[in-house]
Amino acid sequence: MSSNVITVSVGQTDAKPWVDELHQWLTTVDHKRLGILYILSALLFLVIGGVEALVIRVQLMHSHNNFVSPEVFNRMFTMHGTTMIFFVAMPVLFGFANYLIPLMIGARDMAFPRLNAFSFWLSFLGALLLYFSFLGGSGLYGAGNAPDVGWWSYAPLGARAFSPGHSSDYWTLSLLVSGFGSIGTAINIISTILCLRCPGMKLDRMPLFAWLNLVMAGMVLIAITPLSAAQIMLLIDRYLGGHFFDTQAGGSAVLWMHFFWIFGHPEVYVLIIPCFAFMSEIIPVFSRKPIFGYPVMVAATVCIGFVSMSVWAHHMFTIGMNSYANSFFTLTTMVVGVPTGIKLFNWIGTMWGGRIQFKTPMLFSIGFLFQFLIAGLTGIMMAASPFDWQLSLSYFVVAHFHYVIVGGILFAVFAAFYYWYPKMTGRMLSERLGKWHFWLFLIGFHLTFDVMHVPGILGMPRRIYTYEPGRGWDTLNFIISIGAFIQALAILVFVANLIISYFKGAEAGNDPWDAWTLEWSTSSPPAAYNFATVPRVASRRPLWDLKHPENPDSRYE
Amino acid sequence: MARKSEVKNGKKMSGRRTKSVLSRGWQIVLLPFWSTSALWAVGPEGAPGNGTNIFSPASTPAKSIADLSLFVIVITGIIFVVVFALLFYSVVKFRGRAIDAGREPAQVYGSTQIEVAWTIIPTLIVVVLFLATARVIHAVQDAPEPPDAVEVTVIGHQYWWEFRYPKLGIVTANELHIPVSNPSHPTPTFVQLLSADTDHSFWVPELAGKTDLIPNHPNKMWMDPQRTGVFLGQCAQYCGTQHAKMLLRISVDGPEDFASWVRAQQKPAVEDAGAIAGRRVFERNACMNCHAVGGTPADGRFGPDLTHLMSRTTLAAGAAENTYDNLRLWIQNPSVIKPSSLMPSMKLSDADLDAVVSYMETLH
Repeated sequence: MSSNVITVSVGQTDAKPWVDELHQWLTTVDHKRLGILYILSALLFLVIGGVEALVIRVQLMHSHNNFVSPEVFNRMFTMHGTTMIFFVAMPVLFGFANYLIPLMIGARDMAFPRLNAFSFWLSFLGALLLYFSFLGGSGLYGAGNAPDVGWWSYAPLGARAFSPGHSSDYWTLSLLVSGFGSIGTAINIISTILCLRCPGMKLDRMPLFAWLNLVMAGMVLIAITPLSAAQIMLLIDRYLGGHFFDTQAGGSAVLWMHFFWIFGHPEVYVLIIPCFAFMSEIIPVFSRKPIFGYPVMVAATVCIGFVSMSVWAHHMFTIGMNSYANSFFTLTTMVVGVPTGIKLFNWIGTMWGGRIQFKTPMLFSIGFLFQFLIAGLTGIMMAASPFDWQLSLSYFVVAHFHYVIVGGILFAVFAAFYYWYPKMTGRMLSERLGKWHFWLFLIGFHLTFDVMHVPGILGMPRRIYTYEPGRGWDTLNFIISIGAFIQALAILVFVANLIISYFKGAEAGNDPWDAWTLEWSTSSPPAAYNFATVPRVASRRPLWDLKHPENPDSRYE
Repeated sequence: MARKSEVKNGKKMSGRRTKSVLSRGWQIVLLPFWSTSALWAVGPEGAPGNGTNIFSPASTPAKSIADLSLFVIVITGIIFVVVFALLFYSVVKFRGRAIDAGREPAQVYGSTQIEVAWTIIPTLIVVVLFLATARVIHAVQDAPEPPDAVEVTVIGHQYWWEFRYPKLGIVTANELHIPVSNPSHPTPTFVQLLSADTDHSFWVPELAGKTDLIPNHPNKMWMDPQRTGVFLGQCAQYCGTQHAKMLLRISVDGPEDFASWVRAQQKPAVEDAGAIAGRRVFERNACMNCHAVGGTPADGRFGPDLTHLMSRTTLAAGAAENTYDNLRLWIQNPSVIKPSSLMPSMKLSDADLDAVVSYMETLH
């Protein structure tokens, strides 16, 4: 359908139609177009960050490898981490939130469309600033380009004494600018959900997608602000003679750690909660049952939102906190596992007694459930702080958080792509390529990240550009690298599917999955105004009510 | 009950138990999600005896941690089996079949009893795990220092380790010597951790968990090795370009060996008349600005103390073996062995280079 729209505009304008089209995309304030822009920019940086990961994996394929210099290797893992968190994971999730929230709550746009556009462009500018460091990072100092201080930039490594030139400045400004963008988006999501719901959509009738994104946006407001504050303090240190983190002048390295992780841990939940939101929409539809325990799901999410604010120092078990602090953060970290477990049980409860359809979105969702279970359990292991004294900073922790971010978040994002692509483009993604994508990625993922736990147990620290032979790490690292290339191949299949299906995919129609939320009641892709008439809902599943007038949900609420 | 006995095991410590814990550990590591990889780990490459296996503890802190770790792995392993079975069962049992096409299953919205059950059970598990963990935290972190403990100050530098024994008056680098600790008469080593520049982390997996070295933030840790031998480790906290080659060796010596090592290290440098030319080169160039040689005017502290360089088995924080050829190469062009290390190439002439290497070779 979108290709129809394009054809029409080509027919109507005779002078430079693509310029007009481009101009419309660059100046748009439509939540759907901004959502797609977020998603496309995330895909671009997913590929760039993925190439950086491949460089890392080639270098570590065997001991004493000389594929890249230590300087380049250190830049690669710094850029890989920063890119994937800030310019892939957050934008892609914001993109889906932007696209779907107004459609799901029966609104015609976000509450502040211009703020929405401003937030996207800030975030994109942040990404460009980060990558501009490859050109401008060395400044006049002849120092290295691109930051090489790790994505935490622990003090005092980020100070001018240890990070001369401008690479750390670009890193700081990049996170500062994109952080303001994230705050804008969070304000927008909260306002939209609280103020723009259609008639009949009480808070307890909202799709869980909206509920979970509401919690996520609240957490962004709380978590991003300390990060921005810390970045400003770092700039003051670097350019105005401040000593917040300057240990040579009595500053505190530990202060930076607290600032960073009081952002960094809630950030993990900022990323995973929207993925819970995907699961809570996709699993019911493909199980043909409503979500199990809706009120408990909402309560558990809000509970995660609060408890996850009190767990940050579990990233700091090795820094020499006293035994009371270590015990406290062990307890809070284990406690946050309880509501998270409840969510997992509720998804299984949703599938229980259903008629599960193994379409590609559901395959990725089941992959998510399986991998998120394991990621949660290795998380419990590291919550036990003495165990963490061994595992922290080793390849075990690298395997753990990639299990969360790739096995959890990325699988959920892929599920979301296959599920909502028909709504966004009017065409179905190919199921055949989708299954190739799923199985290749699953095999590559497990080859890489299952095996990666073991070198950590065998004492291999993270962020080393090479290692000695005879440590028992060679074969393991070789397998890990092979898995990385299989994952890269799967991503190529995915991108090919996105492109081919855009032109040749089957027509989707309004409601290809026989689903129940409001976005499936409008055309695919939806018109600029979303709904011809503002819908009116009487239950959590308005389209179920429509399709089953003899037995509507509204009868039970 | 299981929890109690685990924690008790964690408190007691004997060399014989280590073996049995190990084999149990490897059985449990054979959990489904890493079973393939564990097979690799015990393969021909030498693991678990690779020298840095966290499940081959040789010291009380490492042993307490390994025991707690196995307990946590067992509990999480049971959770994994139960939840995975539920997931697998529901995926297989409730798969859609062709004959169901067009018919919707019973619409179930939830169940308060089930929700309460799967809230309370995990909460109880958390209580158990937390109590078991808190005991180990306290036992390891708050252990009192006995009066005859060996004290060492470890100072992290970009990219090497400085070791100072304040009570014994010894300064050395990169290879730590500590005495073995006999359970009936423990002689643990208590370590103070400092940093001269960026953050580092002291990690010798078979002796203890890691503790960071942070500027302006002194830390401490301890270990009481139960057997002699060389234990490997390395810097675990990213500290700059050459973080990878900041390796660490701990030689655990028997009481007599340790005493004779201490006596040798306390002596000033050997004065060898044959190496006077090399000593002149060393003192005429910038070498002595950074390096100290006990008993001579060289007293720099920016680089490793060289007084007994030849007593060490490696160079450049473990980056190369301490041989004549490597030493010559290291002085001539450090970046071949360790690119971006802070040791500069002094561009010495071949004659000066030979002389200074000969001088180093006398520093036993």
